[in-house]
Amino acid sequence: MKILVPVKRVPDPTQKAKIKDGHIDLTGASWIVNTFDEYAVETALRLLENGDAATRTAGSEIVVVSIGPDDAAKEIRTTLAMGADRAIHVVANDSEIDALVVVKVLSAIIAAEKPDLVVMGKQAVDGDANQVGQMLAGKLGWPQATFAASIEMKDKTLTVGREVDGGVEYKKVNMPAVVTVDLRIVAPKAVQNGVTPASFSYSGEGARLPSLKGIMAAKKKPLETKKLGDYGAEPKAVIKELSVTLPPPRPPGQIVADIPTLVKKLAEEAKVL
Amino acid sequence: MGNVLAFCEFSGSTLRTSALANIAFARAAATAHGGEVIALLVGAGAAAAGPAAAKYAPKVITVEDGKLDHYLAETYAPILARLAKEQGATVVTATATSVGKDVMPRVAALLDAGMASDIAKSTGKDTFVRPILAGNAYSTVQVSTPIICVTPRQSEFEAAAELPSAGSVSSAPAGEVNALGAAFDKLDAQKSDRPDLGDAKVVVSGGRGMKSGENFKVLEQLADLLGAAMGASRAATDAGMVPADWQVGQTGKIVAPNLYFAVAISGAIQHLAGMKGSKTIVAINKNKDEPIFQVADYGVVAEWEKAVPELIAEIKKLKASR
Repeated sequence: MKILVPVKRVPDPTQKAKIKDGHIDLTGASWIVNTFDEYAVETALRLLENGDAATRTAGSEIVVVSIGPDDAAKEIRTTLAMGADRAIHVVANDSEIDALVVVKVLSAIIAAEKPDLVVMGKQAVDGDANQVGQMLAGKLGWPQATFAASIEMKDKTLTVGREVDGGVEYKKVNMPAVVTVDLRIVAPKAVQNGVTPASFSYSGEGARLPSLKGIMAAKKKPLETKKLGDYGAEPKAVIKELSVTLPPPRPPGQIVADIPTLVKKLAEEAKVL
Repeated sequence: MGNVLAFCEFSGSTLRTSALANIAFARAAATAHGGEVIALLVGAGAAAAGPAAAKYAPKVITVEDGKLDHYLAETYAPILARLAKEQGATVVTATATSVGKDVMPRVAALLDAGMASDIAKSTGKDTFVRPILAGNAYSTVQVSTPIICVTPRQSEFEAAAELPSAGSVSSAPAGEVNALGAAFDKLDAQKSDRPDLGDAKVVVSGGRGMKSGENFKVLEQLADLLGAAMGASRAATDAGMVPADWQVGQTGKIVAPNLYFAVAISGAIQHLAGMKGSKTIVAINKNKDEPIFQVADYGVVAEWEKAVPELIAEIKKLKASR
């Protein structure tokens, strides 16, 4: 079984947003693999291994794809160090691409790679758009399971627990399919692949950290470098960011001495009680 | 000239509150595009809910078919895309609910349309303002495709008012319905008599400091006293104290009630992203250095074990005095 995992590198969200010339100032920013995409790599690994025996399913492959600038290669290596097998890096500047360009490139790669499954983060934590997975599934004519909090794999069918407004919806999708993952997909028993014993628990600490051995191995794993043109895509975004502003700071609040004072202020000053 | 196709969710014979935010945005878009709002209802009971939608839209189209009883992006998206073309829509819109967020990008792919997700406002025919970086910045984007797909954020749009006179209702065929190997299995619904988190005027949220699900009972008493919805931080939902769909934050619900109580919540960026649009924020936390106090309008430095029961008693007193 082959799983394709598209990943995006994003500025570390713990950095304070600054504006320069009307856009986010990324001078000197530190970069990370988008958290949800990191969880997607973790999900792919859990689908293709025996977690208890720490062995990979024979003949399985995880291919990571990233579209981004030259230096995104560093974040791509991180996913290889986690355990992905090889990577394709389509070099493009962030200003040249939008969701439609990304979907076009991914569709072309999928046509060539023929994966059984695409697993990706539900959204990138910089743009927060939450579009690419659904668009890709639509373009491919594949079923989709978005916001996955659990996956149970049986033969060629996935039963995906999706966090929706008002509860958890379980949806069955036949592979090939696109699954976009939410935070809780890395819960200790969220992924059941029929190989890892159901009694086995992963650590509840999120995605695995690359081991030293993994980091060494990643240096030798194949990382192909490609251009947008290799996939018939042009560096032309139809969704353009015109400007970015920071929200006005909230007026400073007040610390009140006790609960009776709080209730009095909520009733008389804020008039919300 | 272009119409606006507004996909509206309904429950029984009424529109969901979330759909009224969509209609509000759709009206503004219809004015900008020189067309009219066409509300689209799909699924079991769509025809019965049609008249309710017609109070808000000049034209309503309903689509029912036995194969559409359960929402699936695979079967709904082609219907939205087809009707968008048939009805001359240049904007296709759905509120950014879990359904809207799931279906609309798929519609965009079928229409080769660019999409603006989770928008806070529109500033022109094809320009939209939307939060990025967990709400720490606002980006103005221009979408230059002949058809534009949009999901407005419910908390940023006032619910639309009824029209002076009701619109027309007609039905459209489902066409060929192909689930492409997807099927609805079941829904584990969280049943609650409290208002929906997305619509509530007051929200009471608890965080890691609540320590256990049992301890949330006192917050639920406070919520019920105020007719509030319950919320939680990611730390509390991840720890299994409360259901996952209580989570307020970048990856949970985005709420903007009149009054938000954050109890024993530290105020991580991703939680703040989900609630800092609230009109009045109250924080109760025993640690005065927690970041939640930087966004709170009113902060009380106290242990919840003591503060919350006292708060309930004081509010009861206030209510009794009126």
